[in-house]
Amino acid sequence: MVVEAAAPAERAGALETLREQLREVGIPRLVIGVFLLALFGIAVATHMDLRGLITDSLLRVARNGLLVLALLPAIQGGLGLNFGLPIGIVCGLVACVITLNAGMAGWPALGLTALIGAALAVPAGIGYGWLLNRTRGQEMMVGTYLGFAVVSGMSIFWTMAPFHNSLLVWAIGGRGLRTTLTLAGFYDRLLDKLWSFPIAGVSIPTGTLLVFAAACALVGLFFRTRAGLTIAAARSNPRFARAAGISDERTRVQATVFSTVLAAVGIVVFCQSYGFVQLYTAPLLMAFPAVACLLIGGATVSRASLTHVVVGTLLFQSILTVALPVTSQVIQGDITETARLIIQNGMILYALTRRGER
Amino acid sequence: MPPRPRARVPLHPRLAHAAVPLLFVLLCVLGAIAGHITPLFLIREMLARFARNAVLVLSLLVPILAGLGLNFGIVIGAMAGQAAAIVVTLWGVRGIAGFALAWVLAAPIAVVLGIATGWLFNRARGREMVSGLIAGFFANGAYQLVFLFAVGSLIPFHAREVLLPQGFGLRNTIDLDGIQYAVDDLIPLRVVLEGSSVRVPLATFAIIGLFCALNLFFQRTKLGQELRAMGQDPHVAAIAGIPIERNRVIATVISTVFAAWGQLFFLQNLGTLNTYSSHEQVGMFSIAALLVSGATVTRATVGQAILGTLLFHTLFVVSPIAGRVLLGDAQIGEFFRVFVAYAVISVALVLHAWQKGSRKSSS
Repeated sequence: MVVEAAAPAERAGALETLREQLREVGIPRLVIGVFLLALFGIAVATHMDLRGLITDSLLRVARNGLLVLALLPAIQGGLGLNFGLPIGIVCGLVACVITLNAGMAGWPALGLTALIGAALAVPAGIGYGWLLNRTRGQEMMVGTYLGFAVVSGMSIFWTMAPFHNSLLVWAIGGRGLRTTLTLAGFYDRLLDKLWSFPIAGVSIPTGTLLVFAAACALVGLFFRTRAGLTIAAARSNPRFARAAGISDERTRVQATVFSTVLAAVGIVVFCQSYGFVQLYTAPLLMAFPAVACLLIGGATVSRASLTHVVVGTLLFQSILTVALPVTSQVIQGDITETARLIIQNGMILYALTRRGER
Repeated sequence: MPPRPRARVPLHPRLAHAAVPLLFVLLCVLGAIAGHITPLFLIREMLARFARNAVLVLSLLVPILAGLGLNFGIVIGAMAGQAAAIVVTLWGVRGIAGFALAWVLAAPIAVVLGIATGWLFNRARGREMVSGLIAGFFANGAYQLVFLFAVGSLIPFHAREVLLPQGFGLRNTIDLDGIQYAVDDLIPLRVVLEGSSVRVPLATFAIIGLFCALNLFFQRTKLGQELRAMGQDPHVAAIAGIPIERNRVIATVISTVFAAWGQLFFLQNLGTLNTYSSHEQVGMFSIAALLVSGATVTRATVGQAILGTLLFHTLFVVSPIAGRVLLGDAQIGEFFRVFVAYAVISVALVLHAWQKGSRKSSS
C-alpha cells in the first residue's frame, strides 16, 4: 500500500520537475530554438551550402554580441531594458568619423576609435543616467525617445560637422558626411581576420569572437568585484543598500555609464566587421534587435545573465542569417524583414507583459 | 458637471505650461521670416494639413483622460483605416459613398484591434506607452505579412493591377483617386488667394468640429467621468467600484477607432496610399503635435489638440524652407523637424516622470 501510494506522488513530482525544467529553458527560447533547427533542417534537406550559413551566422553573432552585452549592466542596475542604446552607439560613430577623418588606418586606428568612443560615452552616460534617476519608473520610454532624439539631432550634426576629408563628405557640394562610409583600407574586418581559421569549411572570425568573449568575461568579473556587487545590491533592495551606505542613485548612473560605454565600443566592433560606418538614421532602431536577442536568451526586464546574452545572440542572429536564404527557396520576396519585425517585437511585448516581473 | 475648483497654480508652472507653445510660435515666426514665407502661402498649406491631421491628434485625448498616457498604439488604428481604404478602392466604390463605406469597414477592424491593444495595456500596467510603441512595431510586421505576402497567395485576389509583379503582395503605392477629396469637396468652396484658387475643405472642418464636440460631450458622460476618476487616482477609482480594466479597454478602443477614421481623413486628402509606410509615423507626429501645445502625458484638452496641430504643422511647412534659405540645404530643415518631434516627446516624457517622481518622494 505504501509503495502504491508513493507512485502517483512520484509521477506528480516528475511532472513538476519537467514543468520546472521547461520554465528554466523558457517557452520562447524553446520555440525559437525549434524554429532555428527546422530552418537548418530545410537547409540540409535542400542541399544548401550549410557551411556558408554557419559561417555567416557566426560572423553575425560575433558582430552583434557586444551590443547585446551592453544591455546587461543596465538590467543589473535596475534600469530595465536600455532602449537608449543609440546614445552610446552615436558616441562610437563619432569616434569612427574622427579617426577616419584623420586618415588613420590599421590597428592603431581601431584601438584609438574604440578608446575615443568609450571616452565620449562616459559623459554621455553620466548625463543619461542622471536623467534616468529623475524619471524613475519610466526609464524605458524616456530611454527610447531620448535615443530617437539624439539620433535625429545627430543627423543635423553629420551634415554640418566640420569634416573635410574628401573620402567622407559628399562629392557634390563638399559638405556633409555621406550616409555610408566604407572602411576598406582603414580597419575593415581587421578583427574578423585576426587568427581566423577554417574548420570543416566554416571559417571562424576568431578576433571578433575573442573580443566578445573577453568583454563577457570582463562584465562577469566586474559584477563579482565590490563595485559590481554594489550595483546589483542596490538594484535588488535600494533601502537596504542605503542603510549599508550605498546610494542607488550613484550605482544607477554607474550602470548606465557602463552600458553606454559598451554600446560605443560595440558599434566600433560592429562597423569593423560590417566594413561600413552607417550614419544618419541607421542607429535609430538598433536597440530593438539587441533587446530582442537578450530576451530570447531568457532574460526578463529585471533579470539577465551572461548566458542569456550568449544564447540569445546565437539564436536570434542565426535565425536572421539563415531565414533569408532558406525561405527564399520557398517564398519569393524577402519575408525575413517581416519575420524579424514580428519575432523581435513579439518577444519584447511578451517580456513587457509578463506578470510578476516588474 | 459642476465646475472644478480651480487650484491656485503658482506662476512658475503656469509659465512653464505656456512656455512650450510660445517657444514654438517663436520658432515658426523666425522660420517664416527667414524663409520669406508669406502668410497666404502658409494659410494655403495649413488648410490642407490641418484637415489631414486634426482627427488623428484628437484620437489621443481619451486615453490621456483615462490615465493611459500617450497612446503610441494609434498606429494600429491607422493600419485598420488603411486596410479599409484598400478594400474600398478595390471594390471601386467612389466618392463620399466610398469614404463612408471605408469608415464603416474600418470601425469593426479597429474595435477588434483596440480590444487586443487594451488587453495588452492591462497586462503591462505602468508600461503602457512603451508597450504601445512596441505593439505598433509588431502590428506593422503583421500588416506586412497580410498585405505583402498573404494577399494574392493565401487570400484570393483578382485585381492584378495593384499587385507586385511577382503575383502576390500589394504594390508600394496605391492610387486612392476614388475617395480623394470625397469629404473635402462635399461642400465645394474655393477661395482665390494671390491669383490661385485654394480649396477650403469646409465639410472636413465641420466633421473635425463634430469630433471636438464629441470629445467634450464624452467627458461629461458617466463613462467619461469614470475615466477621469481613473486618470486622477486609479486606486480610489477602484475602491469606488469603477471597473478599471474594462474601462481602460474601452478607452483604447475609442482611441483606435478614432485613429482609423483619422487616417482615412489623412488619406482622402492626400489621394495616394504608401501601402507600407503611410501609417508608420502617424503616432510620432500626432503625439508631438499634441505636446507642442503644452499638453502633458496626463492632461490634454481639445483646444490643445487643435492648437498643437496648427503649431506643429506650421513648423513642418516652415522648417525645410527656412533650412534651404538659411543654410542652403532643405535636408537640414527636414532633419530639424524630425528632431523637434522626437525632442518634444522626450521632454514631455521626462517632465512627466520627473514630476511624478518628485511627488512620490515628497509625500
